[in-house]
Order: sequence, then structure tokens, then C-alpha cells
Amino acid sequence: MSGLVSRQQLVLQASLLILSSLLFFLVSPAYGETLSLDDAWKTLTVKSYSKKANAINAIAEHQPPETLAVFNALLQGELFYSKRDKKLYYMSEVKEQYQFKALFNEEVITQARKRGFKKVKVNNKLRSLIRQNLAAIQLTDSDGKIRLNAVNELLKRSGGDDGDLNELISGLAIQEGDSNVKMAMQLLLAANVLSSEAHAQHHAAIATLGASLNPAALNALNRYSAPSEELKTEALKAVKSIESQKEFYSILETIFFGLSLGSVLALAAIGLAITFGVMGVINMAHGELIMIGAYTTFVVQILMPNNIGASIIVAIPAAFIVAGLVGVAIERGVIRHLYGRPLETLLATFGISLILQQAVRSIFSPLNRTVETPEWMSGAWQFNEVLALTWNRMYLIFFCIAVFMVLIAIMKKTPLGLQVRAVSQNRTMARAMGVRSDWVDALTFGLGAGIAGIAGVALSLLTNVGPNLGQAYIIDSFMVVVFGGVGNLWGTLVAGMSLGVANKIMEPWAGAVLAKILVLIFIILFIQKRPKGLFPQRGRAAEE
Amino acid sequence: MMKHDKLKKLTIAVTLAASSLAVSTVSWAEETIKVGVLHSLSGTMAISETTLKDTMLMLIDEQNKKGGVLGKKLEPVVVDPASNWPLFAEKARELVSKNKTDVVFGCWTSVSRKSVLPVFEELNSILFYPVQYEGEESSENIFYTGAAPNQQAVPAVDYLMNEIEVERWVLAGTDYVYPRTTNKILKAYLISKGVGEKDIMINYTPFGHSDWQSIVSDIKKFGNSGKKTAVVSTINGDANIPFYKELGNQGVSAEDIPVVAFSVGEEELSGLDTKPLVGHLAAWNYFMSVESDINEAFIDNWHAHTKDNKRVTNDPMEAHYIGFNMWVKAVEKAGTTDPDAVKDALIGVTVPNLSGGYSAMMPNHHITKPVLIGEIQKNGQFETVWETSGLVAGDAWSDFLSGSKDIIADWRAPLSCGNYNVKSGKCSGQDF
Repeated sequence: MSGLVSRQQLVLQASLLILSSLLFFLVSPAYGETLSLDDAWKTLTVKSYSKKANAINAIAEHQPPETLAVFNALLQGELFYSKRDKKLYYMSEVKEQYQFKALFNEEVITQARKRGFKKVKVNNKLRSLIRQNLAAIQLTDSDGKIRLNAVNELLKRSGGDDGDLNELISGLAIQEGDSNVKMAMQLLLAANVLSSEAHAQHHAAIATLGASLNPAALNALNRYSAPSEELKTEALKAVKSIESQKEFYSILETIFFGLSLGSVLALAAIGLAITFGVMGVINMAHGELIMIGAYTTFVVQILMPNNIGASIIVAIPAAFIVAGLVGVAIERGVIRHLYGRPLETLLATFGISLILQQAVRSIFSPLNRTVETPEWMSGAWQFNEVLALTWNRMYLIFFCIAVFMVLIAIMKKTPLGLQVRAVSQNRTMARAMGVRSDWVDALTFGLGAGIAGIAGVALSLLTNVGPNLGQAYIIDSFMVVVFGGVGNLWGTLVAGMSLGVANKIMEPWAGAVLAKILVLIFIILFIQKRPKGLFPQRGRAAEE
Repeated sequence: MMKHDKLKKLTIAVTLAASSLAVSTVSWAEETIKVGVLHSLSGTMAISETTLKDTMLMLIDEQNKKGGVLGKKLEPVVVDPASNWPLFAEKARELVSKNKTDVVFGCWTSVSRKSVLPVFEELNSILFYPVQYEGEESSENIFYTGAAPNQQAVPAVDYLMNEIEVERWVLAGTDYVYPRTTNKILKAYLISKGVGEKDIMINYTPFGHSDWQSIVSDIKKFGNSGKKTAVVSTINGDANIPFYKELGNQGVSAEDIPVVAFSVGEEELSGLDTKPLVGHLAAWNYFMSVESDINEAFIDNWHAHTKDNKRVTNDPMEAHYIGFNMWVKAVEKAGTTDPDAVKDALIGVTVPNLSGGYSAMMPNHHITKPVLIGEIQKNGQFETVWETSGLVAGDAWSDFLSGSKDIIADWRAPLSCGNYNVKSGKCSGQDF
């Protein structure tokens, strides 16, 4: 079981237990009569959440050796009791079986279903109470990270006027070896000092808080009722300095959001930049090729359920191949017969998109499917207290640029790229030079479709994997390609990124709905002025 | 020889098919009661509505096993309005006038209900509508078995305010009629409870919105002020999944800022990795995890019917279960399927609901239900953490909106009005 701390470790901490149980009294919100330990264990199995809260407080106070393990099990939803005699058990899943380990003796029951046992239910309020109590215990943990979490947990509820708590924390802060934990402890102290009557220390406390971007610091300063004019202006200055820093970081954050939205747009559009931009085919089924890529990711994850982290890497080539093959089939089966007839192509590919959607509905059901985000892509990179960049978005930006570079390399450096460009510039001449234009058309379309499939892998981690996935991106993709300049890959990247950033800058004050409308109006006006987009194609090819 | 064999086989097959066709036409020739099922099986809404179609087929099948209604078998007539609102009206007309259905169960979105409402009133037929909605409507021909705002949104806010001690509120919704009306009601309600304007943040996003970065970041900033903050989400359908994913990624936990959702059920969660969502809330009148014998039997039937042990059940399914049983009971009471007789018989009918109690049809065509608040669990189920002590009767016209405060609906004989103003004593000219 995770978080289970050995008895030995607990003995080591025995000297500090007195301290922490003192702390418990200070952070515990309930001052009512505490239950005896036996009653507390029994009370855990009742239905009422407020009674369970009393039990948790009582356990935290008595500090039996099981405390840590029980609290962690409660947080994980792994504490059960038998319906028959209300004895408590830890539950764990072992090889598709449920294993129930008794709390106070060596009894272990293994069975296929949970029959006969019931979970000790906790709600948000209890979870928060448990974390609070855990924090008090974990202030003395040997792991710096756990200590930091514990202090941060207390920081969230800072501002209490508690002399004893301050004394305890300042004692711990002196011994503290980890600089991050020490800083957090000092912040906690400062926040508490500010709400106390110790006016002499306010000056130093304001300085400490003013240097921190932790929301607790700003809240403490905002709450502060200064005893003198001088302290008041000082506090105001500190608030201002924090706010101007926050402003700066929020601009950085907006730009990051914009770039990540831009890379989604660019990724979805790159494939289209090839089929529409280079070949001139209006492919309404482009979104469904993205969808196929996303479903490929889903299937790959089903095939390798124990290796979610690697499955995404495997899914990239798989999605490229699957979507690419579908693309080649569409080109050979339908589009080939319709070159030079854009209206018919539009209608035919729209039909294909509906067929693909309904096919997916029949095969995978109309319900959304889950694509699990691998561990290494979830969470955020905490730059500081106010700026946290989510990992999945950062990978997305890099991924978009990488896909783009590979594509540019293919178009510029490989024989296929040369032939593609030759055919798109002058088909007759290219054929006269011995290029098999049919074959090039099929491969180009396959390449565009494959890239759309790769975009699907990325999107499967961000949004729903369902039959309607493609529809959401088809309009945006066309918008980006037209805005960037048809036939220009660089234009697509620049257009995607700039539309993303513009959208995100407008969103806070215009709202998501209006921001989208404004972007659309801007593009319409822009196309009126420059019909060929940001980077129009030059030279003879552009004449056609 | 080979060819001959094949020919023989073919003849046998054709005869068999023909005879089975004959048998089935014979059984059709028997008099049946036709039950229309009007749910989208393709297009955007197929994700939610296909399940309800299956539920109806299961309920009808079970009723037939028990011998049908009034000694006649029930015959389902399934049509596909394809998530296309005008098509809903056409298909409804087709069901009632061409297929001669005696009752229709259907619709999900409010706009589809508004689209079929005039059809049911004109042809005087009955529609059961199973989804939670924004209220402000009571039609003579529609029976609302989903929750009205006072059966879902208002109790959920009460829970957050009293149990979790929330002081700041984010009302986030998709930009269409249900969230807009619900948020209007909730805002009026919060202000009546003494919440300041600056402690309420309202945000609307388009359908299928997938980029939640800035909004989640705004919510985080709004919630960092030291006062307990909660999000009341009327975000619809597909947009929920990227929203919850972004919440998880930006580290917004349910203990810091709980999100209570009105459109997220077991079905939506089944398309989602729920680990980062543990503790976020939903308010419904039914959860699959509700412990009652009748619910266990319902789930077993559902698994047997769909031949899939992993299929989940959800609140609108329960609404159909209640609605269907009410209709059956009313028809038996009236002794006929004539719409006028059934409409009158339906008022006051009481049937068991799946959470172990009983639901009754009120004179305003809404039903009584318990309200449950559940927390999302690791396994994609909800765990009930709070419930109303008794049943809550659906209120068609909200008491918190100035325009509808004085309006009531009562379809019993002397009044027979869905839009009666108590103050002026007038029944508004509208039909609903």
C-alpha cells in the first residue's frame, strides 16, 4: 500500500509526536469532547460524516501507530469494514482479486468481489480534514517534499492568531535543512504574525510576504489591518509589487496559452496545408482523418494496457500509417476521378466524412472513448507560485514544431518532395520529365492524411475521442491554411500560432464566444485585402 | 450437382424467410399499442440519446413479457431525428399521424423539445421528456420526468453553501438556453442569500469548447482570494472532458475548488480518466451507485438487455423508467390509450423510482424526486454524500425570476392552465 510508513520510522518520530499532537490541537477546528481511541475506530464505520470527522480528530490526537496508514487509506478510498462485525480492513487489489488486511491482527481475506465489506466513505470536507491532520504529522517527515506539502497545506489556512503554533513552527524552521521548506515555514510565520498583536514584528513580516508570490501572502496582506500609517503604506507597497509581478507573469501565461492553442491549430492544419495547399484538393474529410488518428491511439492503448507511457510513442507511427492508408484509399477511390472539379470534390469528400463518422459510430459506439494521458505528460511545471505551465501543452508545442521540421525536410530534401513540388507547379512538364504524376498524387495525399493522423494522436490527449472529433477542427484548419497563404507551409505555422495568441489575448475581456467571432471577422477582412493570405506563393506556380 | 445443391438451399432459405415474414405480419396484424421513441441515433446528440432508445426498448420488452398493457402488446416505433432540430418536429408528426403512436418518449436538448412542442399540442398526443432542463414551461401535452432547476441546481447550491461553506461562485456554462436560464435563476438565488455581485463570476463558452487553459487559470485566480470557492458547471456534453482534463493538469483539486456539474453523469465519465477528478461533484436525482433492490434489478436487466456488463446507467434513464411506468399505470387506470383520458389519469399517479422511494406526477406535469449530491470516484461512479430528506416537487416556473414568480401551472379541470398568473388571475394566452 502506498504511503504506508513502517513502524520503525514512527518510533523514530516518537520524540516529535508530542509536538505534533500539540499542533493538532491548534489546527483542529473541532474543540468538542474527544472520543476514546476505541470509540474512534468504531465511529469510522457509521454513516454520518460529522461523526466520522470527530473520529478522525480523535485518532489524530491519540496518535496510534496506525494513524498514517489509516489516513492514507482513507484518502485513497482503501479503508473498508466488514458488514458483519464492523472490523476495519485495508483493501488492495492483487491480481484482479480483492485483498482485505485486518487493521489490528494478521488476518488476510482474499476474495473475488467486495461482498461482505463496505468502504469507509469520505467526502471533500473529511479529505481536507485528513490532509490537515496529516500535515501536522508530516511536518517532521524525513522526506523534504512531504514536509513542503505539509507546510503548504497549513499555509492555505494561515492567518490564525496562535502564539503556540508560531513558536512550534519557528522552532522547526531553525532545524530545517531544506531551503524551500524553510522559506515556506517563514512565510507561514509571517502570515500568522501579521494577524497577531506583535506589532514590532509586522515590519519584517510585511517584507517577507512582499517578496513572495504565494497567494497566501497576498491574502494575508489584503486582510491586514495596519495599526499605524507607516505600516499601512508599507503593506500597500508590498501588495502593489506583488500585483505588478503577477501581471507580468499572467502576460507570459497568456502567451504560452496562445502558443499552445496555436500549435493545436497548426498541427490540425499542416495535413490540410499539403492536400489543400499543395495539391489544391478541398478535402472535407480532413477532420475525420484526424479522428482516425485519435482512434488509432485508443486502439494502441488497448493493445498495450500496461504501458501507457510508451503507447503514445507507438501510436504516432501507427496513426500515420493508418490515416495515411485511408488517405491513399480515398485518393485512389474517389478524388482521382474528380481533379479539376472542386465542387464535386467538396461534396464527395463531405460524403466520405459522414461515412467515416458513422463507421466509427458503428465500430466503437457513439460514446466517447478514453485515451489515458501518460504519467510523464500530466501535471504542470511550477515555474513559481503564480506561473505553472502544463506539461502536456509544452510537449504539444515541441511536437508541433518537430512534425513541422520533418515535413519541411521531406518537401525540401527528398526525391518525393521534389516530385511533389514539380507536379504541383506544372503537371504536364513534370510528366514529360518522367514523373509518375498519379503515383505522386496518391503519395502526397497519403502524406497529408498521415500527418492529420499524427495530429489526432496529439488531440486525443487534449479533447474527446469521439465520432465528432473531426468536425470541431475542420473549419479552424481551413481558416489557418487560407490565412497563412495557400501552398505555403511556413504560412500555416505562422498563421496557426498568431491566431492562437490573438484568440487567447482577446479571450479574457471578450469571452470565449466573442473572441472566436472577432478572429473570424478579422480573417474575413484580411482575406478581402490580401486574398492570397499572409505569405502568398510567388513565381509561375502562383499564376494558375 | 453442386449448383443444384446451392439452388435447393437458396429455395429453402427463401421459403423460410417468406414464412417468417408471414408470421411476423400476422403478429403485426394483432392490435398493438404503439410507443414512439424519438431519440437521435446519429449526429452530435447520438452520444447521449442512443442509450435512451435502448432503455425504452428494454422497458417495452419487459412490459410485453408481463403481458403488455390492457391485454395488448406494446410495439416500439423508433425513428432517428439525427440531432437535427427541425427534423425532430417532422419525425414527431410522422410518429403521431402516420404511425399512429399513442405516446412518445423522446428528446434531449431543450431546443428539440421546443421544436416538437407545437406538434404535440396540435395533434393532441403525449410526450415524455426525460432530461433535466431549465424550467419556465408547462405544456398540456408534455410530461417532464427530468429535474426542474429547483430539483437539481438550487439544492446543489444549498449543499455547497451550507455544508462546504462556499462564499465565492463561478457559474460556468455552455452558451445556450439551459445554462443561461439556470444561471439567471442561480444568480438571483445567490444574491437573495446575501452573496455579493463581485463574488459571482459568470462565464459562457461555445458548444464543444476544447481549449480551457485561460478559463481554468481565471477560475484558479478567482479562487485564490482566501474565500472558499466553488464552480457550478452547466457545461454541456463533449466540452466537459477537456475541461476536467485541464482542471487536473493545472492542479485544481476538488478540496480547493470543487466543481458541481449538472450535465455530467456516469455515461460522460465512462469516456474519461477519472483519477484527477475524485471528489468533484454532480447533482442528480439518481446515481447508478444508489443502493436499493429495485436499482440492482434494473442494472441487471440493463446488462442483460445490452449484453454488456460494463454499461452504466444514468439519471435520464431513470426518468424514462419512471415516465414509462407512470404511463402504463395511467393507461390501466383510464382503461384506454385516448390522450385526453390518459393525460387526466396521469396526474397523481405514483410509481417507484430507482432510489428506493416513490415518485408522483404533479398537476404541473412535473414529478417529485429526491435530490442527490455525489462525489466522483476513481472507478467512474458517484458516491452519494448528501441527499434531501424528502422528495422535492418539480417547479415549472421558478420562484427566483421576477417574470415567473407569480406564475403557476395546474392542468386539473377547473384551471387547466400551464401559465396562470396568481396576481392578475389570468391564464396567459399561450398554450404553454
